[in-house]
Amino acid sequence: MEFDTSIFFEALTSPAYLEGVQITIALTVVAMVFGLILGLVVALLRGSANRVLRGIAWTYIWIFRALPSLLLLFLVWDGLPQLVPALKGDWFSAFIAASVALSINEGAYAAEIIRGGLLSVDEGQRLAARALGLSPTKVFSKVIAPQMIRVTIPPLSNDFVSMLKLTSLASVISLQELLARSHSAVSTTFKFAEYYAAAAVYYLVLVSVFMVVQAQIERRFVWMSQGSSGLSRVQRVRQFATIR
Amino acid sequence: MTQQPPVGHLLDEALLGEPVASTAGGADEFVLEAVGLHKRYGHNEVLRGVTFGVQRGDVKAVLGPSGSGKSTMLRCLALLEPVESGEVRLEGRRIGVREARDGRLVSLPERVLARERREIGMVFQRFNLFPHLTALGNVMIGLTEVRDRDRKEARTIAQSMLARVGLAERERFFPSELSGGQQQRVAIARALVMNPKVMLFDEPTSALDPELVGEVLAVMEELAREGMTMVVVTHEVGFAKRVADRVIMMDAGSIIEDAPPDEFFGNPRQERTRKFLEAVD
Repeated sequence: MEFDTSIFFEALTSPAYLEGVQITIALTVVAMVFGLILGLVVALLRGSANRVLRGIAWTYIWIFRALPSLLLLFLVWDGLPQLVPALKGDWFSAFIAASVALSINEGAYAAEIIRGGLLSVDEGQRLAARALGLSPTKVFSKVIAPQMIRVTIPPLSNDFVSMLKLTSLASVISLQELLARSHSAVSTTFKFAEYYAAAAVYYLVLVSVFMVVQAQIERRFVWMSQGSSGLSRVQRVRQFATIR
Repeated sequence: MTQQPPVGHLLDEALLGEPVASTAGGADEFVLEAVGLHKRYGHNEVLRGVTFGVQRGDVKAVLGPSGSGKSTMLRCLALLEPVESGEVRLEGRRIGVREARDGRLVSLPERVLARERREIGMVFQRFNLFPHLTALGNVMIGLTEVRDRDRKEARTIAQSMLARVGLAERERFFPSELSGGQQQRVAIARALVMNPKVMLFDEPTSALDPELVGEVLAVMEELAREGMTMVVVTHEVGFAKRVADRVIMMDAGSIIEDAPPDEFFGNPRQERTRKFLEAVD
């Protein structure tokens, strides 16, 4: 077996990889934040009383759930500047293009998850909040949203993990994220296993860190007086499952 | 009879920090009136001209088979559903609508309706407590988010009210950790701290286990005793007999009988009422 551990550890600690990881994290966060905002807007439009708005939301989901992320990346990076000359400037970086493409993509998925979350909130909740005299904005922010967020945490966390990995696609539009860094290291050294394994370790670590974060968030949404500290993960999951 | 928790003074100026709205004014005045309410869902005419009034301090019990429009009527009174025609009056003032240029009545925007709903308390069959808030949080939210009380003040009021409905020890509990009877008492407290002029109850004990009905009725009876104006849709004939000043019978979207309880139960005028009472007993 040929596996040079010193090359592996060198790659693991190299500035190139660390920079790549930073770009991966930044792109993931940016794409998720904008994707969630888009998703929330589209989900609310889908529930709108206006037929045109509902139609726009439906079309958005229809198109951007159908297009492969990779195609979307090429469309935004290569196709869009051809149609919109303003995007030909240097400012339109691979990072911006990837953020746009992946946000749009995530928006379509998040919209469906959020719509499901909204539907899961009992109709009586809105009724009681309105009866109490809460304004429409507060009915949503104080009563509907917390309950919606709770049920959307697991599926949206899934999306977050997917996004972390999808960012690697941006290497094809020359974004120097984690996978691109390992690519270029490999192309000069031909040490495939060492460099790719180092990248794999980073992805594993990133996802693991996120899993801890997710557990922390879920803990805040366990609505029991004892708090969740005394509960095992299994009990928490069970509580999540039984509330609705 | 199971043991009832102690129920304290509920309509208390000192507790609310402001004069009690429900008992202010003349006793024979109509607090809430429905005038010719019509409501339809698609082709289904749910309310066919409902007219009645509740005088200050009175308890009006509403009986009737399911599907007769009782709950819809209550929702229309609470401004939760727009009506096709007719009007709702609170202390003689028309609420929920404004007059358009052509003289027709149009429903006010939700934002404005929200303000008008503060005066009307509503309790639901399924409690509808907010599951993400503790018992205390459920009672506080209206004070902080609607009545603009600061949190400290709201907490004090909510704590006292929970104590008065016998739930002082449960304020830190979430709805999922409370029994049905406890949840419904929190729901009543949530409505009461808003200092409403009238309370509407939509089958408040129908979703409860039989042994828990008493603790909710005890709170409602205390409220009635203290002079709260109430409209209670219920299947509890006993409660209607004991507490109501007048009993209404609804059938197919209309009020077919409106009488004091002894007359209503002793000698109903309508054959339909007689049949219904026989079926319920």
